Amino acid sequence: MNPIAQYPFEISVEKVLKSSMVADPLTLLDCSPLTDGAAAIILAREDIAKKYTDTPVYLTGSGQASDTLALHDRSSLTGVLAAKIASEKAYKMAGVTAKDIPVAEVHDCFSIAELMAIEDIGFVSKGEGGKFVQDGQTKIGGKVAVNTSGGLKACGHPVGATGIKQAAEIVIQLRGDAGKRQVDGAEIGLTHNVGGSGATCVVNIFRR
Amino acid sequence: MHKTSVPGVWRRFKNRYQIVGTQCETCKTNFYPPRELCPKCRRGGKISEKKFAGLGKIVTYTRVHAAPAGYEKQVPYAVAIVQLEEGPMLTTQIVDYNTDELKIGQSVRATFRKMYEDGDEGIIHYGTKFTPIRES
Amino acid sequence: MESKTGIVGYGAYIPRLRIKVETIADVWGKDGAAIKAGMKLVEKSLPNIDEDTITIAVHAAHNALHRAGIDPAKIGAIYVGSESHPYAVKPSSTVVAEAIQMSNDYTAADLEFACKAGSAAVQLCMGLVGAGMMEYGLAIGADTAQGAPGDALEYSAAAGGAAFIIGAKKEEMIATIDCTYSFSSDTPDFWRRKLAKYPSHGGRFTGKPAYFRHVESATKGILERTGMKIEDFDYVVFHMPNGKFPSVVAKKFGIPPEKMEAGFVVSKIGNTYSGSSILGLTAVLDIAKPGQKILMTSYGSGAGSDSFVFTVTDAIEKKRNLARTTEEYIKDKVYVPYTTYAKYREKIC
Repeated sequence: MNPIAQYPFEISVEKVLKSSMVADPLTLLDCSPLTDGAAAIILAREDIAKKYTDTPVYLTGSGQASDTLALHDRSSLTGVLAAKIASEKAYKMAGVTAKDIPVAEVHDCFSIAELMAIEDIGFVSKGEGGKFVQDGQTKIGGKVAVNTSGGLKACGHPVGATGIKQAAEIVIQLRGDAGKRQVDGAEIGLTHNVGGSGATCVVNIFRR
Repeated sequence: MHKTSVPGVWRRFKNRYQIVGTQCETCKTNFYPPRELCPKCRRGGKISEKKFAGLGKIVTYTRVHAAPAGYEKQVPYAVAIVQLEEGPMLTTQIVDYNTDELKIGQSVRATFRKMYEDGDEGIIHYGTKFTPIRES
Repeated sequence: MESKTGIVGYGAYIPRLRIKVETIADVWGKDGAAIKAGMKLVEKSLPNIDEDTITIAVHAAHNALHRAGIDPAKIGAIYVGSESHPYAVKPSSTVVAEAIQMSNDYTAADLEFACKAGSAAVQLCMGLVGAGMMEYGLAIGADTAQGAPGDALEYSAAAGGAAFIIGAKKEEMIATIDCTYSFSSDTPDFWRRKLAKYPSHGGRFTGKPAYFRHVESATKGILERTGMKIEDFDYVVFHMPNGKFPSVVAKKFGIPPEKMEAGFVVSKIGNTYSGSSILGLTAVLDIAKPGQKILMTSYGSGAGSDSFVFTVTDAIEKKRNLARTTEEYIKDKVYVPYTTYAKYREKIC
């Protein structure tokens, strides 16, 4: 659905399970690929932005948090505390809650990371992420469309460019320019970007 | 091949050869790897050296099939987060295990092993890994 | 020479991996059953990929410390005997000392004398402790022995080690060292040049003028010096390059097989070189009763033999269970195929 994705084709569950093991239970296709890519967005004050576009997208909330780099020092291994704190800050600044988000780009560097992300940022409660995805609630037309770009695993993970690429996808969605992958009527979108296995996380909220 | 600074490694021999970490005497929290500052007590903390018994349990684990340089011959090898009896958690290789012993909650003990070599001409790094406690 | 010293703690370590004689024989198109019968051994121990002489020595030393129950800071000397020291220059002994938390008040050196460097380490510690220069000495023999691919040695060259803490306080001893005697000569039966990966040997020359002459002379020598007879001993251990050589010597001396059996570890783990005869000794100490006498003769190519007479004391009963026994290490094993062995032992790149 995303013509510029690194893997612009369908990948079946069976194919993921059959791909070679990296660190069990994660197989090669559970892991984001190495990607070359770039992304850019232009940030400006509202009055200046309006000089250049009739359809500006507003950054209404932004939150950042950090944690220890070593996994063994974290308070939990089944969630990323930095993501939870960053999203709470961003929701507060934007004056919205997780329920208000119809489209989100989350940092799915590995399959498990997407599940932890949607739990950490409050789309579902802890432990419900897997079922939520399995039920199709993160598809377009579900409760919240997650990673319409393909995310890190299908669109690609050009590391330093990933966070901006996520923002670009949300801008495309909010402007209604996403074509086949358009989330109908999306007015608010969220990006969730992680570094250092969750040692740092930035959550941004955008509005049309 | 990753090469480490010799003085840098030498300073940590004590912490690596045995499980020697630190304790905050103020709040009695144990740290391994050693911390020089208590994140809770900050300036109010008093840090002293603490030797741990080297016994613990597997908190989580994986088997690595795609190894970084220097570990290719060990594939697949087990890496786990182990919680020591005294509290601290650390990331370690699990060695000499039977398949059914690689599980959450498995009791393990420290074992002195070769960690890696700085190529054929560099120094050999020794340290602590963990192995299942097996009744014999 | 008579001695005032004894063993206050001992420890064994044998890596977990094993390879069967048949497995090696199959690779080289040889008859495994015939080799097993000829060498009188069924399998050998191998180090895991992250084990070497230093790690084996550390484990054996820890076990010796558990049994001795002494403060490692009181150990004044450490000698590690091996023909497979990981470094050509840089002592193994200081790494071991650091790992077992000895103080810095110690003298150390690495020893090399083919398969008898461990027993020579015991003698050095006896001298220093006996002379009152220090309270305890730590003697270790450990090896990760290698045989060239396809060579006869490949079936037997194994990995393992043993450690002994030598002291002079009677009440702490689990065995007294009553006497030691050595017999040495310049006999080039086995060697490895500086940059060679695998040792070379003189084939049949390793037998009569080498192993047999030295083991028999040292054993005869210690019997003469102590005035003891073979009948006085409950257990006898000879260096075990294979299962055959020590049995031939035993027959010559009229030693019944049951006195050899307890220390006959070679059939199950192969020849652990510097660890060989002393692992036989730890296996005997694991079961010997107070008052029993042990005769041990090591052998190192090149060549020499160190013979010892030990008398087990009452303290053995409460100390032997403070660490894992030799038999426990022998039984805890995992077989590997030749390919794994070749990869781990750098026979392929």
